[in-house]
Amino acid sequence: MTQTELRAVFLEELTRVAPDIDPAGVSDGDHLQDDLELDSMDVLNLVAALHQRLGVDIPEADYPQIATAGAAVRYLSAAVQKI
Amino acid sequence: MGLFTMPSLGSDMESGTLAEWLVAPGDTVARGDVVAVVETQKGAIEIECFEAGTVQELRAQPGQVLPVGAPMAVILAEGEAEPEQEPALETALEPAVEAEPKPVQQTVPAAAAPPSAVRASPAARVRAAELGLDLGTVTGSGPGGAIVLADVEAGDGTGKPASRLDEMRKAIAAAMTRSKQTIPHFYLSQTMDVQGAIDLLAVRNAEAPPEERILLGAVLLRAAALAAQKAETLNGHFTDGVFQPAAQVNPGLAVALRGGGLVAPALADVPSMTLAETMAGMRDVVSRARAGRLTSSEMTRGTLTVSSLGETCGEVMAGVIFPPQVALIGIGAPQLRPWVAGGQIVPRTVITVTLAADHRVTGGRQAARFLAGFETLISKPEAL
Repeated sequence: MTQTELRAVFLEELTRVAPDIDPAGVSDGDHLQDDLELDSMDVLNLVAALHQRLGVDIPEADYPQIATAGAAVRYLSAAVQKI
Repeated sequence: MGLFTMPSLGSDMESGTLAEWLVAPGDTVARGDVVAVVETQKGAIEIECFEAGTVQELRAQPGQVLPVGAPMAVILAEGEAEPEQEPALETALEPAVEAEPKPVQQTVPAAAAPPSAVRASPAARVRAAELGLDLGTVTGSGPGGAIVLADVEAGDGTGKPASRLDEMRKAIAAAMTRSKQTIPHFYLSQTMDVQGAIDLLAVRNAEAPPEERILLGAVLLRAAALAAQKAETLNGHFTDGVFQPAAQVNPGLAVALRGGGLVAPALADVPSMTLAETMAGMRDVVSRARAGRLTSSEMTRGTLTVSSLGETCGEVMAGVIFPPQVALIGIGAPQLRPWVAGGQIVPRTVITVTLAADHRVTGGRQAARFLAGFETLISKPEAL
């Protein structure tokens, strides 16, 4: 899966968890909690959705590595290759 | 039951707009079935009926604005007479009623009805209303085909501020002003060590797939509910000058919506749940609050409210009680602080719990007892 495809998957799951986010308006530097206003429940729902969709289980200890949209896509990209 | 009227979904609600019927005349409904969707200032709410019966007549039309208490439909229990004079209609429908076998198919109608149901997020509904767009013509890309903001905007480039969110803000303002004007609030705070709970969850969650992970918020909600179980004067409703303690603890969960909205759907009887069930209930209700489908009982059954700042900023929150409730528990964001334990100064993660309580009903002693109970419960997180 290419980085672009992963980004699309990530945005799709993100907007499923937070239906009022406009995916077109999300930039790589956006912080999930500070900028996109996800709370801990939303982050958990997002991580669960990504687990279902991609088989990537993001442990809580790695949450800082998915703090922004761009970082999350890079993390997923690396994790998907390991599967 | 007879006349089915527009329910009050909170002290801040004056009227609602019927969005759609999920039942038709002749359908049998069971207690708790969703019969209609009503647009309120707090988004679309699924309206449940309180008694089993047969739908005789739908009086309200979709799109109609109905004040609280306005008749919406006639739903009759077995053998019940029509509340008002409409003999022609009654006889016309009678055979269908009698042919209905009672026990087996009670839940069928509501389950079978939803094809007409339009599922949409609050922001999507707001924008659609602004654009004069019929949501029925929009294809949803959200969970279960729900219409999200992007779907509504897909065909239209205009980006206007959400006026319905302003409406929600107005409703909150009215309710909170009334609360502060009528409820003599007093506040009591206690800072408590939650490191044990955090450590326990870290171990548990490290081995669990995301679907089974538990958030600190669920542990805190359990502690609040169990402490409230022993605090009769904090858990219930104050109506018409009388406080009525509630038999069970249904904590409302304050959920902040993007754009400034706030809803507080309540979980039923949290003390009887396990921690995993509490967590599942919270996940469910939060995601439905975001997607714009809460039910009328979730909006009204709350017996006190828990408002948690999560991991953001703000260590203390003295909240405004949500009438007719008499208490609100504000939980500040966890902070790493020097803490004295066993005669040593150690770094521990602490939270400050602030109880806002109604002085017409309760006093400092009961409030202190509640906070002490909360602290004792959270100090033994494995028991929660």
